[in-house]
Amino acid sequence: MTISEIQQIQVKGLFDTPVDLLSLTEKIPLGIIIFNTQKRIMLMNRSFEALCGFSMDVACGVSCFHIMRSRMCMHQCPVSQMDAHSEAISIESDIINKDRQLIPVLIQISPIKDANNDLVGFLETVEDLRPLKEVDSTTTHAYAFHNIIGKSSQMTQLFHRLPLLSQSDSAILITGETGTGKDMLAEAIHQASNRAKGPFVKVNCGALPETLLESELFGHQKGAFTGAVENKPGRFRLAHNGTLFLTEIGDLPLSLQVKLLTFLDDKVVYPLGSTKGFQANVRVIAATHRNINLMVKEKKFREDLMFRLNVVRLHLPPLRERGEDIRLIMDHFIHVYALRFKKDIHRLTKESLKILMHYPFPGNVRELRNCIEYAVNICQGNEIHPTHLPAYLAETEFFEKKFRMEENQNPQISSTTMPMETKEKTWASLERNMIIDALIQSKGRRNKAAELLGWGRSTLWRKIKFYHIDG
Amino acid sequence: MEKKILIPLFEDQVAPRFDLATEVFIVTIGTDEQITEKRTVVLPRASAEDLCHLILMEKIDTVICGGIEDEYYQFLKWKKVSVFDSVMGSYEEAVKFSISF
Repeated sequence: MTISEIQQIQVKGLFDTPVDLLSLTEKIPLGIIIFNTQKRIMLMNRSFEALCGFSMDVACGVSCFHIMRSRMCMHQCPVSQMDAHSEAISIESDIINKDRQLIPVLIQISPIKDANNDLVGFLETVEDLRPLKEVDSTTTHAYAFHNIIGKSSQMTQLFHRLPLLSQSDSAILITGETGTGKDMLAEAIHQASNRAKGPFVKVNCGALPETLLESELFGHQKGAFTGAVENKPGRFRLAHNGTLFLTEIGDLPLSLQVKLLTFLDDKVVYPLGSTKGFQANVRVIAATHRNINLMVKEKKFREDLMFRLNVVRLHLPPLRERGEDIRLIMDHFIHVYALRFKKDIHRLTKESLKILMHYPFPGNVRELRNCIEYAVNICQGNEIHPTHLPAYLAETEFFEKKFRMEENQNPQISSTTMPMETKEKTWASLERNMIIDALIQSKGRRNKAAELLGWGRSTLWRKIKFYHIDG
Repeated sequence: MEKKILIPLFEDQVAPRFDLATEVFIVTIGTDEQITEKRTVVLPRASAEDLCHLILMEKIDTVICGGIEDEYYQFLKWKKVSVFDSVMGSYEEAVKFSISF
């Protein structure tokens, strides 16, 4: 087909009168190329002409890679593997235009089918990413990765690793206490990855009952079960070409763990009631506040799934271990909320700072943020005084004690807050010492020691055996 | 005068990208405009810097390629290498064209 023939192609039936195909595509501010199954260019719009520097009459009939000149053309041309039923794919790459400039681009390719569902060609859109890259470079702050800030050594190490990890497609497991920023980290990784233009789909595995969760994740076919009145794509399919973030993965039922495991192996999603799989190009990021290793030991989490998710493990330290970061985050939130609430607040008084610095923040950054938001709301002047802070912060000692008591009473909670080995060692040695102390106090009389400990005699006897105290 | 030409390859075509070519075709054209020597060199990795180095080591007179970044284009020009870029088609056609040019 010659250029003059293409210029005469008209779209009929869309409007009352036919319109030129070329004039229609030229209104779109995105590079568009249409090429046939032999990968020869049939049409390209003016935006792409401007981007690549070749005019339509030069490019018409030429193999696409000679005009596109993108990295993907030479490494892994995705068109070679596409058929009429393939889904659209998007790839971040770069091209060298006729002016010898290297331009970062986002390329989206989808197959074009005729009325009989036969493949007739491909539609490719090319977006110039230079403006976006420039914005990225101006918004990068010191001590930060996207919206996460911190300058403690743990966070700095994490920030160093993140740009590299973002570029790969490996599964990531994020661990950390509640409020440490697991969701933000997952989103930041997505934003920094090649999938940034694709969707970021978040699923809370603990929020839905098992039956609903399966259909929510994998989708269902119409008629698969009572009430399935139409096809549902499922979150995996919705996250195609993007990232699927499974938060609270520790709460995922065992039956679904098997299904997730199968997906991670072959990347094919089988909706409920369907025999036909869908090849999903999805990166999986999982997060949990639970101690996965302990759950595996207790047979509550599949070991094989943990190994598959645990390709890269990122641990977000609790705020109390981040030292100098507390001050940095405090100042950040004061600035953010002062701006949002249109207040002229610049700092905390020494007393307020002392209270905040001594508080253990079991709710981590989220709790700190809420405290600052509350204080900025209440504060009328330009300094935050202790009276502006939530009242419970002043009762630090009481809170610390309460926090410790909860930890001791509920080993499951404590296991999530610190590595398992440390916890076991601490609690076991503590309990052993308690028994020895009680026995010393009671001068070896076990009845009296059991009374002192508040246990039954048999419990004490069992624990003495367990810790080999009678040895 | 004898002329040595280098063409980065992508299958049987002139490579669309100078920096991504892993194979090059080197041809020597004698004074009688006949090919006196031709060979294909497989590069250990795709790199524009390495390719520029090879061009200088081999004392190439002319490079025929597809897309090339301005940095490397200017470098080769500065080193008195003629560069014909944005060439599309088979490398054999490109050689024929350069002989008749």
